[in-house]
Amino acid sequence: MLSIKNLHVSVGDKPILKGINLEIKPGEIHAIMGPNGSGKSTLSHILSGKSGYTVTEGSATYQGKDLLEMPPEIRAREGVFLAFQYPVEIPGVSNVYLLKAALNSIRKHHAQSEVDAMDFLTLVKGKVRLLEMDEKFLYRAVNEGFSGGEKKRNEILQMAILEPKLCILDETDSGLDIDALKIVSEGVNSLRSPDRSFVMVTHYQRLLDYIKPDFVHVLAHGQIVKSGGAELALELEEKGYSWLEDAEASA
Amino acid sequence: MVTAKTNAYVDAYPEVESLLCGKTLPWLQQLRADALLQLTAHGFPSFRDEEWRYTNVSAIDKKHYGVALNATSAAIDINWLKNYQLADVWSLVLVDGYFSADLSNLEGLPDAVKAISLSQAFQDSHYSSFLEGKLNSAVDFAENGFVAFNGAYFVDGVLIHIPSKQIVAKPIQILHIATQALTAINTRTVIVADELSETQLIETYVGLDSAYLSVAVTEVFIGQNADVTLHKVQVESDNALHFGGTYVKQARDARFRHDNFALGGLLARSDVHTDLDYASECELNGLYLGVKRQHIDNHTRINHLKPHGISRQLYKGVLDDRARGVFQGRVVVAEDAQKTDSQMNNRNLLLSSDAEADTKPQLEIYADDVKCAHGVTVGQLDEKSIFYLQSRCVDEETARNMLTFAFANEMVDKVKIKSLHDLILGQVLTRFPQEGINKEWL
Repeated sequence: MLSIKNLHVSVGDKPILKGINLEIKPGEIHAIMGPNGSGKSTLSHILSGKSGYTVTEGSATYQGKDLLEMPPEIRAREGVFLAFQYPVEIPGVSNVYLLKAALNSIRKHHAQSEVDAMDFLTLVKGKVRLLEMDEKFLYRAVNEGFSGGEKKRNEILQMAILEPKLCILDETDSGLDIDALKIVSEGVNSLRSPDRSFVMVTHYQRLLDYIKPDFVHVLAHGQIVKSGGAELALELEEKGYSWLEDAEASA
Repeated sequence: MVTAKTNAYVDAYPEVESLLCGKTLPWLQQLRADALLQLTAHGFPSFRDEEWRYTNVSAIDKKHYGVALNATSAAIDINWLKNYQLADVWSLVLVDGYFSADLSNLEGLPDAVKAISLSQAFQDSHYSSFLEGKLNSAVDFAENGFVAFNGAYFVDGVLIHIPSKQIVAKPIQILHIATQALTAINTRTVIVADELSETQLIETYVGLDSAYLSVAVTEVFIGQNADVTLHKVQVESDNALHFGGTYVKQARDARFRHDNFALGGLLARSDVHTDLDYASECELNGLYLGVKRQHIDNHTRINHLKPHGISRQLYKGVLDDRARGVFQGRVVVAEDAQKTDSQMNNRNLLLSSDAEADTKPQLEIYADDVKCAHGVTVGQLDEKSIFYLQSRCVDEETARNMLTFAFANEMVDKVKIKSLHDLILGQVLTRFPQEGINKEWL
């Protein structure tokens, strides 16, 4: 699905990622954990195509194609989805308009006709119920005046409708209370499938109580310093990040 | 400043006098004489006038705009008219400034509600005495040269009177159509809404493709606890000059909302002034779009005269190519107007490096216990929003178009009259790059 090899990324002259290697196979869930400033968000941004970063070395291959060469919208149409840490408010554009524009862009990309209006509404309303959202949300402007929890739920709703292959969740748990966290997690779990992969970037272990990862990677100073199974997250919860950073420093 | 052309309009006055309405009314003759005197003495505004510093009106000197004759409404294509005359409202149509009964539609208007042309009103002793003392009492000829010009020169107009406790079931549209090139069209509108009434009004300004000068003065008198919503849709032709002013007097507890869409004209100026009495409220919304070489100027003035008044203003501008937009908003809080709550916002989006926005919010506060805020922005599209849309499969150009449209659409969406909303939406869409905007999905 996704193969990252020796990826080096800078912002201006400042190196942020210093040789990331990561293999993600279809159906797998990978958690990327790490302290603040370790480069977690940079990794999710570079994968989704945000500008302002320079790749100085290495590669990221998605389904056999050079991911880093694609404009952000092409990545999205090819099935890469970024759930934002801070979803942007867009007054004047309704949720339902954006969903329709996005879905039809994907269909056009795959040489399919526009979605039928009735089928679209049936699809959307079904997903809205799944995420325990009010249908009125669809007709409100994208994220405008939404609470933190509503914004995150809206991200998952978009994900559920666009059915991406590679989902990148950037700090999805931040700003969520426990009820919202449960709903969001259930939404994500319902989307798990043998041909869909997830990268969850998170500072805390608690999201992983609800969405069990297959692999946990610890990012520190722009490199993956340790990888393991789900149990690694628990160890981190107990010991914090400093023992890994110290181990790296003394190595 | 007195310009030569100003004198030309003054000099031409004896020839046009015979065309004007209300010639038999001494009080109106006096009013017109005062207006002409004011125009003779002070002329049209110049950039030296603080209220006109961003707007050069010398374009009116470049051509002579003669007074339009009543060309009858036969020249109007009915199918074209349907684009602007809303089907589900009562409407009064003025062609080149003259009321056209043929084109108007007042069928089913309740008897208690009066909607007639000024020329008719002046011929009726009841209405003319109603208008005496009312006409021109919400504005002063000294306000600016265009108000004086209009006072001397107006050929016709509209009187609307809503009696107390009347809730008008459908909106009333006043549709101004310009058909003759190189003419000056002066119209006057008087709206009187008595206590506890509720009315929705629409003023539409449109012209066949030509250069003309449109000068319109509207006065609105809102009685105690009455509610008036007035939409102004200015979609004059590309080469037209438009100078329009709306002057409002709100009684105690009266509510006034003005939605101002300034989309057309080569040079367009709009003034909205309102005086607030005790606990009255006003909401002034505006959207101005400038493309090519358009110059669109908006002025607001809110006078909080008594305590507990509330005012809200949001004006948004989108400027492309070499267009220039101006917003000057002035809020005056009198010494007596304690507990005033006022907010003024102006936001501008510049789409081209040659476009310009001039914005000047002014607060003059003489009371000491008030809540007044203002905010102003001039900027480009937000890069974070563009990336967010791209990450949702939308290409960059479409994302930019969507965000530009969305910026403007916030104001369009405030319009709750469906047919009017659709008219404005259509007008907004034709003025924007539409690639990627799908009207059916909105």
